Order: sequence, then structure tokens, then C-alpha cells
Amino acid sequence: MINLKIFLIGLKSLKGAKSPAIPLAACFIALGALLKDAGLNIQQSAASSLFTYALPGQLVMAESLLIGTSIINIFLAVWIVNYRLYPMTVSLFPLLKHRSQPKWKYYLSCHFLAVTSWLIAKDNHKKINQKNRIDFWIGIGVGTCTVAVITTCLGFLLADYLNKEMLIGLAIINPVYFYCMMLNAMKVKIILVSVILGTLLGPFFFLISSEWAILIAGVVAGTIGYLVGRIKYE
Amino acid sequence: MSSNLIILAIIVTSVATYISRLLGAFTSEKVSSTSETFKWFNCVAYATLAALLGRMIIFPAGVLAQSELITRLLVFVVCIIIYKITKENLVIPTLFSFIFLSTLSYLI
Repeated sequence: MINLKIFLIGLKSLKGAKSPAIPLAACFIALGALLKDAGLNIQQSAASSLFTYALPGQLVMAESLLIGTSIINIFLAVWIVNYRLYPMTVSLFPLLKHRSQPKWKYYLSCHFLAVTSWLIAKDNHKKINQKNRIDFWIGIGVGTCTVAVITTCLGFLLADYLNKEMLIGLAIINPVYFYCMMLNAMKVKIILVSVILGTLLGPFFFLISSEWAILIAGVVAGTIGYLVGRIKYE
Repeated sequence: MSSNLIILAIIVTSVATYISRLLGAFTSEKVSSTSETFKWFNCVAYATLAALLGRMIIFPAGVLAQSELITRLLVFVVCIIIYKITKENLVIPTLFSFIFLSTLSYLI
């Protein structure tokens, strides 16, 4: 059903100098502390990381609970924050597709789509035979999601010992780590243009619309990057 | 806050997140990895992530908003340089970013 050898290769991507385990852990430790502040118990905090496994959406949920927002508004706010997972899935799953693999693997394993796992899979998928890439992806997903759940619990337990400065330090790890990982992909010209424009347009559109800034900036910058590649090709 | 409300919020958050992922998996069935559509989605995905990171540094939410913009920019640029100097080691710049920004936030 799942090729164990390939699954373990995916799982082992958490080791080494490019390990996502430390930055991922730092982000979810900070989240665990925030979830405790929001009134969740340790089981609920772990369940949130296990079933949502998308840090920005979980942050929105925690902050919404703190200010007493309605459930419908939480749904809409989380959906708006996490819609970025849609283009990320479409830009990864065609690379993992194979006719011999059952569809349920794709429908269930898409739950593991998050920035960390996406960047690891984009960087390493070529090392794996196309037929087995979905098992490699499941290995990455199980590994990263497990780290997220364990460190959420750790953050919950450490909440009383973390001061403001330490929480600020933990929060910067996320963007630094993701940007370093993206530098590899920026060796391709169209990705370089897309990333630089996205970085500039994200904060710019935020001044116009805080809710839709990321979507608009992503589509505009990505389309310009794509067109730059087309012009070069033609 | 009632326990039922928290459980409902966790379920709603999980469903709202999974919808985008599942729709992406459905769309992927019709998209070839060599098609122009795929290339466009690839550019948009990277650009969206970059936009999110740009916003996190310039206009952060949560606890990061309590730090100064200049310190976040300084830490960010120094860590990118460290990443390049250390031959693309990810652990060193990420750990350094934690220590550097925590220290700057304490001092300023």
C-alpha cells in the first residue's frame, strides 16, 4: 500500500543541515504558548496542530477566540488566510502524480500541505522515482506534522517560562527559515522575479486591503514572473 | 470559554484549511507538470509565499508586532548573509535569528 523504504526517506528529510525540524519546532512552541493563553487545554492544542497543521490559520483561530469572534467569522477568516494552500497544492501534486497510485492517497495526504513540507518536497522530489513520490511526500508530511504536534504540547507546557523577548525571537525564525529555503528555488529566473515582486507587493497591498493583500500580491507577482519567462522563451 | 466552543472552533479551522488543500488536489488531477497552467501556478505559489513573508517582516501579526521594524529587517538581512556564508546551512541562521532578535528586543 505504501512503499516503506521511500516513506522512510521522506521521514528522514527532517535530519541534517537542511533540517526543518528546528525552525518548525520553534514556530509551534510559540503557537503552543499562544493557544494556552487563548484558553485551550493541552489536548485541544495538540488536536489543533494535528487536524489543522497550518500555523497562520491556527494563529487566527487563537486570536479570534481571545476576542470572542463568532464561529462563522472564524471559518471565513481562516479560509482567507489559508487559501494560499490551493496554488501551493496545484504547484506540487502534479509532480507527485502516477497512474498506479490510488487517489485516496492524494486526497488524504494533501492534509500535510504546509510551507515547510511543500518546500522540502519541491527541493527533493527529483531524487525519487515518479511512481513512488507520493509515498515520499507522505513520509515528509507525517514527519513534519508529528514535530508540529509534539512541539505545540512543549510550547503549552513551557508557556509560563517564556518571556516576551523569547517569544519574539521564536516568531522571527519562521520567515527567516522559509526565505532561506526559497533562495534555492530563486536560481530559476521566473521564480526569482515572482519571489522578489511578491516580497515587495505583499506589504504594499497590505496597506490597501489587509485581508486580500496576499492573494492579490501573489497573483500579480506570479503572473508577471510567469510572463517574464514566456517572453524569454519566445 | 466553554470547551464545546473551542472544539467547534478547532473543527471549523481544520475544515476551512482542508478545503483549500482538497480543491488543490482535485485541480491537480487535470494539470500536467509540463503544462503552462502548472508553470503559472508554480510562479503564483512562490509569489504568494513571498508576499506572506514580506508581510510578516514589515507588518507582522501577534507577538512579532511588539518588536521594532528596523531590528526585524536587520536580523532578516544578516541571517540571509549567514545562510550564504555557511554554504546554505539552514540550522545556523535560524538559530541565530532567534538569539539575535531576542537580544535586540531585550536591549531596545
